[in-house]
Amino acid sequence: MAIVAFTSQLRRFLAVPEVDTSATTVRGALEAAFALNPRLRGYVLDDQGHLRVNVVVFVDGHRSSDRVALADPLSAHSRVHVLQALSGG
Amino acid sequence: MDVQRAWVATRKGLFELRRTAEAWRIERISFLGEPVSMVLPPQEGGRMLAALNLGHFGVKVHASEDAGFSWHEVATPGYPAQPEGAPGPAWKLLQLWSLEAAHDVVWAGTLPGGLFRSPDFGQSWQLVDALWNRPERAEWFGGGYDVPGIHSICPHPQRPGELLVGISCGGVWLSRDGGADWRLQASGMRAAYLPPELADNPNTQDPHLIVRCSKVPDVLWCQHHNGIWRSTDNARSWQQVRGAPLSSFGFALAAHPHEPGTAWFVPAKADECRVPTEAALVVNRTRDGGRSFDTLRRGLPQEHCYDLVYRHGLALGADGRTLLMGSTTGNLWGSSDGGDSWQAVSQHLPPIYALRIG
Repeated sequence: MAIVAFTSQLRRFLAVPEVDTSATTVRGALEAAFALNPRLRGYVLDDQGHLRVNVVVFVDGHRSSDRVALADPLSAHSRVHVLQALSGG
Repeated sequence: MDVQRAWVATRKGLFELRRTAEAWRIERISFLGEPVSMVLPPQEGGRMLAALNLGHFGVKVHASEDAGFSWHEVATPGYPAQPEGAPGPAWKLLQLWSLEAAHDVVWAGTLPGGLFRSPDFGQSWQLVDALWNRPERAEWFGGGYDVPGIHSICPHPQRPGELLVGISCGGVWLSRDGGADWRLQASGMRAAYLPPELADNPNTQDPHLIVRCSKVPDVLWCQHHNGIWRSTDNARSWQQVRGAPLSSFGFALAAHPHEPGTAWFVPAKADECRVPTEAALVVNRTRDGGRSFDTLRRGLPQEHCYDLVYRHGLALGADGRTLLMGSTTGNLWGSSDGGDSWQAVSQHLPPIYALRIG
């Protein structure tokens, strides 16, 4: 199962789950987290479902560059980190 | 409207002020550290709204049922799916720039130019499609930000469903039926930042702020990118007000709620140099519809002052005398005599985005 973890900075706004998921893409993994807390979606994705400009996703230590489809593949042991980008401070 | 309480929306939080016999004092701070782009002061029963613009996580709207003692997040206005190839800026909410409540409806103006309507005080929002889908929107462009934005919402105090909005840069629009139909009403304004053949185009005017006189609602004042304009016929026509001392460039204005000839302006040197003229902060006040002005300086810094007052940075109380003025430098001044004299309230606040009294 892939694991999705969110920046602790989100905790000042809402409950942030750490998710084990069988999803095979970044978008699938995020949807698994949003299912646990629907309000989280608007903090990570924008109106068009794209990754927010100042949010970054790392998959197994590599920064994801697909901010629109969020189609980066996940393995069964992937670790996904959803973090704030320093650009947004 | 309470003239003993005020709200300061800043780059790093929302500050509630209370006025004592001596001075304004900071009473409470909400959302410390977060950018607050606009606030809707308490309505009947103490309900109010605050719009946050989180640096990483986007726009969020919070509501309070107890006049700012406690807050909870409510719905955020959202744009629908953008059709393939749709012209103009991305259909993504970038900022909530204006908030007004009238006749049981809350209106929110946003960047990139959408107007939203909430019938349930922020529990839900609907994009006003009839304005968003106007073909003229393709000509709008950013003024102050990279994308167009609605900064002024002027509901008609007596006619539910009638409201006027100001857009930078998209002119002035009026609806008489709750937003179902819209009419462009910026005739008479003139834009020097466009080629001469386009200068009179009502659809690309840059009204920095529009404020209505509550008691005589046909009177509207506009601080425009290229000067000051006034309408006495509910925006059917606009007349330029010439002769404001020092400069007619600026952003903020306040319109007297009962005296249609009285308004206040905060001049900046020029478009290309957005600081006070001669580094001395002043307020220009007219009491005769713009035929003459008093330049008010008492209590304001008169040397080496480089403060700029944003368009929502000048607030007037319902008494027509209580004023607050805040700058991007984080200075805040108050006046209890219509601007004749000013007192510093704080000189250490974060950059001030918006002020509301009430």
